[in-house]
Amino acid sequence: MSKRAIRENRQDQVFGAVILLMATLILILVMYPLYFVVIASISDPDQVATGQVILFPKGISLEGYTYILGDKRIWTGYLNSILYAFFGTLIALAITIPAGYALSRSDLRGRGILMKLMVFTMYFSGGLIPTYLVVKALHLIDQRLVLMIMGSFSVYNLILTRTFFASTIPKELQEAADIDGCTIPVFFTHIVLPLSKSIIAIMALYYCVGHWNSFFSALVYINSQSKFPLQLILRDILISGQAVDMENTDPELLLRMEHIARTIKYGVIIVASAPVLCIYPFVQKHFVKGVMIGSIKG
Amino acid sequence: MTIGQPKRSYWKTLGKDLHKTWILYLFLAPALLYLLLFSYAPLYGIQIAFKDFRPALGIWGSKWVGLHHFMTFFESYHFWTLLSNTLILSLYALVAGFPVPILLALLLNYMQSERYKKLVQTVTYAPHFISTVVFVGMLFTFLSSDGIANQLLALLGIQPVGFMTNPSYFRHIYVWSGVLQNMGWSSIIYISTLASVAPELHEAAIVDGATKLQRIWNIDLPSIMPTAIILLILNAGSILNVGFEKAYLMQNAVNIDYSEIISTYVYKIGIQSAQFSYSTAIGLFNNIVNFIVVIAVNRFSKYVSGTSLW
Repeated sequence: MSKRAIRENRQDQVFGAVILLMATLILILVMYPLYFVVIASISDPDQVATGQVILFPKGISLEGYTYILGDKRIWTGYLNSILYAFFGTLIALAITIPAGYALSRSDLRGRGILMKLMVFTMYFSGGLIPTYLVVKALHLIDQRLVLMIMGSFSVYNLILTRTFFASTIPKELQEAADIDGCTIPVFFTHIVLPLSKSIIAIMALYYCVGHWNSFFSALVYINSQSKFPLQLILRDILISGQAVDMENTDPELLLRMEHIARTIKYGVIIVASAPVLCIYPFVQKHFVKGVMIGSIKG
Repeated sequence: MTIGQPKRSYWKTLGKDLHKTWILYLFLAPALLYLLLFSYAPLYGIQIAFKDFRPALGIWGSKWVGLHHFMTFFESYHFWTLLSNTLILSLYALVAGFPVPILLALLLNYMQSERYKKLVQTVTYAPHFISTVVFVGMLFTFLSSDGIANQLLALLGIQPVGFMTNPSYFRHIYVWSGVLQNMGWSSIIYISTLASVAPELHEAAIVDGATKLQRIWNIDLPSIMPTAIILLILNAGSILNVGFEKAYLMQNAVNIDYSEIISTYVYKIGIQSAQFSYSTAIGLFNNIVNFIVVIAVNRFSKYVSGTSLW
């Protein structure tokens, strides 16, 4: 008996060691690429290209960042993206939060049918071209407004919001307010909203990140370069190989283009992901909470 | 007590409820308007899949051509390539992406140090928030012939690998980079399910001398099965909806034979060459297959395991 216990104890010890090892491997696998981008963006481009930069930055150089700061495309894209993400998030909250509250109330007539009509759109859509034709009919092609509207409502987020309200606002509270003659809009703005800061934060974060990272809508609906969000500019720089603005005619810069193109890429990755990754550690628990609400059935 | 009474009281409560709650429909109005414009109005436009759409004539005024566009698509030499590329890519992603988050959640669940666990969680969630454009950009720079991946391989004395020049690597790069990007985020739901397993079960198992592996197999796995199945159904429902963005961004002249999938083709035919009817037909075919798959998988799962979405 005691011999068996010891043997199994040893098995569990090995198990613990294997777990620790695997966790560390995963940690390195995910963290190293991000770390490498940081050190490569501040290193001498030649040393990066020849494989000298593996663990630490070498020949510190801010050439890439200097170029990025001077590139008009990136500034325009950045400002556009901030604009789209800010107003897009406001619109999204204005649509999602009240609708989620309405659907959470059991005295809403036709709730079942409304829910089904909404869920249906998650599984069946008209497709790219019919949607494009609608946007065109609304005269929204190449309008900034289209990027603030598209992606500003998701049925999945609506269900999260509804589930949150249904499980946190007690029915008794609503009944008490009814008896006191409190109207629904007053109840919603004075009692429900102050109690729902966390779901508002979760939704704001989801929609904001969604807008910031969104690429498809701009690709399809926007034609003028002056209205491009950051993601479209990034595609040109990172993927289509136009690291240096072709309109830039500074001969010295064009000569060294090859030389610094990759450093620019690493710098751009940092500049573009910085807003999201900087706030991420502080808001991570809200994001995770959103997933948890989603896992409650109903 | 009369027969008519319940009916009258139904109408009475309906009237009372509507009088009290009519304003809630105003709360719902923006959401309904959004769906009406961007989800239901496009359904009307689907008819151009069966028509020869000319913008001058409008959707209604264009001539009917029946299944002409579908036939053209089924008979075109693109059809089988597109369908097999799409199916292989999505099935591969589904099969590879399903077990990894579960394994990660189990691993985190058995970690001794709470702080180390938090660190691993925070780090593995992070890539989920990197945009597709940046992520693909990183892949390209890392995997280029003189990128960091080949530099590291060189340190280990391994010959450089042509990740980007060998088209058959496209699927592996697409799928495994996706697994790496999303495993942390997808594991959250399993971690929370594991945390809610009754501790008595584990205590009883420990008293009975079960090893940790036995506890995983007999307690943890069965308790996350329902969640796992629901997620599998949800994912299977988008079997032909492989992420357009990533495939489109990763596409280039070298890997086009592997990377051209239905959604990228629809975009090129529809938006870039303005063949509206033909590309709507292809998109509709794609949507119908998806819809059938999600219903079928749901039925099957209800029948086999009793777990279903609806």
